[in-house]
Amino acid sequence: MKILYFAWVKQKTGRAEETLEMPTSVTNVATLITFLRKRGTGYDEAFKNPALIRVAVNQQHTDFNAVLHPDDEVAFFPPVTGG
Amino acid sequence: MSEIRIQKEDFDPGAEIAALENGGGDAGAIASFVGIVRGDGGLTYMTLDHYPGMCESEIAAHVEEARKRWPILGLRIVHRTGRLAPGDRIVFVGVASKHRQAAFQAAEFLMDYLKTRAPFWKLEQRGDSETWVAARTEDDASLKRWSK
Repeated sequence: MKILYFAWVKQKTGRAEETLEMPTSVTNVATLITFLRKRGTGYDEAFKNPALIRVAVNQQHTDFNAVLHPDDEVAFFPPVTGG
Repeated sequence: MSEIRIQKEDFDPGAEIAALENGGGDAGAIASFVGIVRGDGGLTYMTLDHYPGMCESEIAAHVEEARKRWPILGLRIVHRTGRLAPGDRIVFVGVASKHRQAAFQAAEFLMDYLKTRAPFWKLEQRGDSETWVAARTEDDASLKRWSK
C-alpha cells in the first residue's frame, strides 16, 4: 500500500511517501492509523490527535471508515489551506 | 473549454482574461479573481505544499459541478505552488459566460471549493519561525451556501 503524507504530517513522520506491506489487522483507515502510530515516535506524534487529520484514498477525500485494499494510495494531511 | 494549471511560475492575469475573451464570441461576461499573498504580521514568505494529481482531479470535479450549475463558456484556473513572497500572485480563477451573474457566481463557487477541498497547504515563514496555516471556519461556512 502506498502511503503519502503532506504538510505537518509529512514533517512529523519525516517522510513524504512510502510503500508498506500491511498486516491483516489493517482493514480500513482507522486501523491503518493504529498500525502507523506504532512505527515510531514521529508517527505517533503525527496521529496523536486524529481530529486534526484528513484522509484521501486513491485521491478522493474520504473518512476513517473507508475500507482499504492492498493497491490503494492513501494520503494523510491536515485540513487544506489553498487559494 | 477549461484549463486547469498547477505551476511554480507566476501567471499574467491579463493574458488569462484575454484567453477567455477569445473563447468564441458568445461570451458577454468574464469574471475573474486573483489571490495575492498578504504580508500579514511580518510574513517573510510562504511555501505551498500540494498533492500532485489530486489537486488537478479535485479541481476538475468542481469545474464539472460548476458547469452543471451555470452556462459556462470558458474557464481558467491557475494555482501556484512553491515559495511565494508578500505581493505575489497565488491563484487565478476566470469564468466566461453569456451574462455576468453566472460568471460571478461560478467564479465564487470555484474559489470556495479551492479553499476548502483542493489539497494545498500553506507554510508561513516569519523570520526564523515556521507555521502551517490553520483552516478557517469562515471558509467552511462559505462553502455551505452552495450545498443544495
